[in-house]
Amino acid sequence: MKIAVCIKQVPATTEVKINPATNTLIREGIPNEVNPFDLYAIEEALRIKERLGSGTVVALSMGPPQAADALREAIAMGVDEAVLLSDRAFAGADTLATAYTLAKAIEKIGEVSLVLCGKQAVDGDTAQVGPEIAENLGWPHVTYIRKINEIGPSEIVVERMTDDGYERLAVSLPALFTVVKEINVPRLPGIKGQLRAKKAEIPVWTAADLEVDPGRIGLTGSPTQVRKIFYPQHETTAEMIEGSPAEQAAALLEKLRGLGVA
Amino acid sequence: MEYFLTEEQKMIKELAARIADERIKPVAAELDEKEEFPWEIMKVLAEADLCGVYIPQEYGGLGGGVFEQVLVVEELSRACSGVAVSYAATGLGAFPILMFGTEEQKKRYLPDIAAGKRLAAFALTEANAGSDAGAIETTAVRDGDYYILNGTKQWITNGGEAEIYPVIAMTDRSKGPRGATAFIVEKGTPGFSFGKKEKKMGIRASATRELIFTDCRIPKENVLGREGMGFIVAMKTLDRTRPGIGAQAIGIAQGALDVAVKYARERHQFGVPISSFQAIQHMLADMATQLEAARALVYATARMIDAGVKEFSKEAAMAKLFASDMAMKVTIDAVQILGGYGYMRDYPVEKMMRDAKITQIYEGTNQIQRNVIALELIKEYAGRK
Repeated sequence: MKIAVCIKQVPATTEVKINPATNTLIREGIPNEVNPFDLYAIEEALRIKERLGSGTVVALSMGPPQAADALREAIAMGVDEAVLLSDRAFAGADTLATAYTLAKAIEKIGEVSLVLCGKQAVDGDTAQVGPEIAENLGWPHVTYIRKINEIGPSEIVVERMTDDGYERLAVSLPALFTVVKEINVPRLPGIKGQLRAKKAEIPVWTAADLEVDPGRIGLTGSPTQVRKIFYPQHETTAEMIEGSPAEQAAALLEKLRGLGVA
Repeated sequence: MEYFLTEEQKMIKELAARIADERIKPVAAELDEKEEFPWEIMKVLAEADLCGVYIPQEYGGLGGGVFEQVLVVEELSRACSGVAVSYAATGLGAFPILMFGTEEQKKRYLPDIAAGKRLAAFALTEANAGSDAGAIETTAVRDGDYYILNGTKQWITNGGEAEIYPVIAMTDRSKGPRGATAFIVEKGTPGFSFGKKEKKMGIRASATRELIFTDCRIPKENVLGREGMGFIVAMKTLDRTRPGIGAQAIGIAQGALDVAVKYARERHQFGVPISSFQAIQHMLADMATQLEAARALVYATARMIDAGVKEFSKEAAMAKLFASDMAMKVTIDAVQILGGYGYMRDYPVEKMMRDAKITQIYEGTNQIQRNVIALELIKEYAGRK
């Protein structure tokens, strides 16, 4: 089985700073690391390969030339190959353009049966690229995977984490999964892996290599305009209804009618 | 202090430090409390390729030497020296094979040790033979192509957990130390069993057991070196591993100093941090100075051994002696700086103080180290005109 893992190089800080003028991330002067959630995806890909006793794991990243460092860490952990998608034409991509570009690269790699991604990147926090890659490829996808139960030649059974429990899903291959941190404990890159990573040659694919539609990549292919960044609030409030049971029931019914749910 | 490590040595040190901080520190108190062997951490060390740092590449190791092992042991000891000694004791079991093993023995055992698949342990000490290694009572009697081992080894680190045991036994008691022979005994050999797990003051994550040999038949191919060389095997092995005990000591002391400085800066008395008191400052200054001196001696000794110098008994003994006495003193002072908190198990320094004590005792008591140093010193001066 050929497994592709999409990883992103992110600023190594928990406090991401935003440029207030452009509403984009400030990257200058901040050391980079592999997006922590992507480490779980790399680990799970390696475990699937070990479970099956054969296969190839390819790590993939789109970014500036220094994103090769993130791919080197993936190699140090044990992935077989790594490809960097880097081209000035890719710059300024939103999630739509990024997903399109990554999907084209997965097609170019060829014979990929499974794509794994972290649930989201810690800088942008959108969680959109994984599912959008699957849509571009026309494959099924499942987000928030916490466990891979069975791996068949054409089907995989997974557990998807939800707010109140989990769903067990059988998914036909090829497919894309995004994983949560509950899925495993990522291995540390061993010394032999680190030495191998240092020497590894990482091919760089440009827009021309991918035969992409120039209108769908980089800033040109990015319709997203960031107006404001905020975390959606899910507020729950409780109100105690006093009185006898009959009075409480009547008051409750009135409230529910007022909310249009009864 | 800058010790000018190579890029690969830096990589090894950083990875060991990361494992110490991320995987060992959070469980160190629990491992100590439960006296649980750290198998999970051993697996992490194996995956990180750290089990074979001192084993040649042709046997699956990284091709480093004593110095690389020292770097790993030091970092691990910073977090828990019970874990560190379990790692280091495999080295103590591997070095006799590295130094005296036949090509076949090396091929048979070293790749598994380097990969962390099997642990090793070294069996010299007995109830009546500690510092006086010549008093060994375990016997090995030749019987055709076999030797039959009888006797009991005591306080063997990694005993029961390890699978590969270089064991020293007497093949000819009339010859005294020259009648000792080293054998490789594998766990599972009929007639080879383990006694109870010892309850210790410190390094409680590590396993210490008796090895019991009852008519245990060992093929003659498992002799390490030659018959009668057992004492030399033991002494040469200990010379090589003593800097490792020094590394353990400097790791423990570094861990204690880290806690003490942090605490002194945070703890307020009389309205100011206690780090502003000269009484505390001078204690911290002495701790740091002694620690750095010990580290410099341990590193220099390890590098000297790896450079291929033939005679290093004296320096190895000095490194072990100085670093372990330093660790004892530094950990006692760390407990003192933390005061009542230092005495409580909620803080890590009381464990470090308990752990430090053994470094003055095992792999040759510090009294024996002084004997070694003095003997070498007198020999040196006797040779001068």
